[in-house]
Amino acid sequence: MKQYIARRVGYSLLSLFLLSLTIFLFIRLTGDPAALLVEPGASAQDIENIHRRLGLDRPLWEQYWLFVASFVQGDLGLSFYYRTPVLDLYLQRLPNSLLLAAVAMAFSLLIGIPSGILAAVRVGRMWDSAGKMFALLGLSLPSFWVGLVLILVFTVWLGWLPSSGAGTAAHVVMPAFALGWYFAAAHMRLTRSSMLEVLGSEYVKLARLKGLPEALVIGKHAFKNALIPVITLAGINLVVMINVAVVVETVFAWPGIGRLLYEGISFRDFPVVQGVVVIGGAMIVLVNLAVDIVYALIDPRIRLAR
Amino acid sequence: MSAAPLLSLQNLSTHYVSQHGSRVVRAVDDVTLDLHAGESLGIVGESGSGKTTLALAILRLLPPAARIVSGRMLFEGEDLLAKPDGDMRRVRGKRIAMVLQDPMASLNPLFSIGDQVGEPIRVHEGAGRASAWQRAIGLLKSVRIASPETRVRQYPHEMSGGMRQRIVGAIGISCGPRLLIADEPTTSLDLTIQAQYLELLRDLQRQRGLALIFITHNLGIVAKMCDRLAVMYAGRVVEQGPVAQLFNAPAHPYTRALLGSLPRMSDNRERLTAIEGQPPDLSSLPPGCAFAPRCPMAAPRCATQAPPAFVLGEDHSARCWLAAPVAAA
Repeated sequence: MKQYIARRVGYSLLSLFLLSLTIFLFIRLTGDPAALLVEPGASAQDIENIHRRLGLDRPLWEQYWLFVASFVQGDLGLSFYYRTPVLDLYLQRLPNSLLLAAVAMAFSLLIGIPSGILAAVRVGRMWDSAGKMFALLGLSLPSFWVGLVLILVFTVWLGWLPSSGAGTAAHVVMPAFALGWYFAAAHMRLTRSSMLEVLGSEYVKLARLKGLPEALVIGKHAFKNALIPVITLAGINLVVMINVAVVVETVFAWPGIGRLLYEGISFRDFPVVQGVVVIGGAMIVLVNLAVDIVYALIDPRIRLAR
Repeated sequence: MSAAPLLSLQNLSTHYVSQHGSRVVRAVDDVTLDLHAGESLGIVGESGSGKTTLALAILRLLPPAARIVSGRMLFEGEDLLAKPDGDMRRVRGKRIAMVLQDPMASLNPLFSIGDQVGEPIRVHEGAGRASAWQRAIGLLKSVRIASPETRVRQYPHEMSGGMRQRIVGAIGISCGPRLLIADEPTTSLDLTIQAQYLELLRDLQRQRGLALIFITHNLGIVAKMCDRLAVMYAGRVVEQGPVAQLFNAPAHPYTRALLGSLPRMSDNRERLTAIEGQPPDLSSLPPGCAFAPRCPMAAPRCATQAPPAFVLGEDHSARCWLAAPVAAA
């Protein structure tokens, strides 16, 4: 178990290194941030000064080293645009993103898992087809379109829900649905296929041969095994939801980190983009790590392996 | 034997029907078999001859595409086909148990051995967790698992294949069934473990007065384990009777061919005798005897008329025109 965890941690650090290097280089391909920060008609000297102030005159490797060294100490640098620490900006927005992701996740699991099980148990019948339709729509409708249709129906026509902003429970409903549908569909499909596989297994056959009631066969023997891949996916998706809600947050003017990233890219605000992306990456890596450990706790084959 | 049989199958037929009903596979066709308490019956046949379907039909746990289309199944005098699903469930694992082919895959990897062995006791006898756990320890002991107190707390991946198969056996006998069906329970075990397991089954059967249906394609095992033998071909029982009689005087050419394909120590044949040709397609069986196209002794009538089961002696019958009494033939 210890060795297993040590190996996982090693892989995680390697992934983060590659991610930080990639985003550091790619964000510098978007252009010169100084061009957006100076007055029209500024001299070459002015631009030079800005470069010096932002540290962009130093060699690339030195800039990267400064970025990594201060990141490790919890310092994400100053935003080019806001002139405030990136960490403060991030922490201001994070609670909103967490709330949105948590509600969207709850929604996706509450819909996805039961409907996936139902579809597997009634494979080829009405509930299965209805589920397939739901999943197809969820996976193929773009979230900005779903968001706009929701606003049209529930704000413009019915007047039930606010179209933008945050603050009350009513505000979170539509963005969470727009964000969660895709994931509900993904969770449903994985639950269904994983459940189908488990239902065909020998141990489920033996459970039936033992004369167990069907509720116990499905709810105990099949469900727990079928849930393993769904837990992995949901764990990763939670973090993905926090970090990819850029489009949904923009449509609903939801003040989360997705919007922050969007703004950072538009202003060529390198520290903001680097900070948001690497923190997001670190979260995904950490959750993967946590999921691997939870796995080990559920599954005795991993837990007890030395 | 005069007492009523423990299990009586009468003209049982089970078909697989394709989704639109266009293809019908006669997996089990017109099977009549009796099994008495404490008796062991071997069912042999090639892959696809309907052995496993027959076993699953007895337990009414067929895959969704399969239907029992006709016939009767009496178990301890009760009509199994007339039972509601809930009553049938209470027969499974309690009065009729079955051991599956693959011991590696038969146990659920996420639950402890004690949980899985004690489960039928809790479900069928309403036993509490603690008493089911104690019974599980006793059952592991009875299938000769060393230090059962430790083993109950372990998980399937910590056991060898032979141990897992004995645990599956322990699950089978947990509620004291009258009939145990073993579907090729030793095919995935190596030879010494196989022998141990067969001996264990034999002992359990004697001690507990279990009736045993032993499904295999291994005639050597049948000779060791069984009192009676039923040979299946293309969904039908082509010959059945006491093991000694079938081995010494097989009446059906297929039984003869099966016995002829066995390797022997005294053999000086260059090659084993194989049965020519392929088993027939069960969805388009010939009108006559299904074995006729491969039969070295086929007569013209074999291709057009299916032979009924001719009685050859007490408890011995064969579906072959060669076995017909002279007057009828």
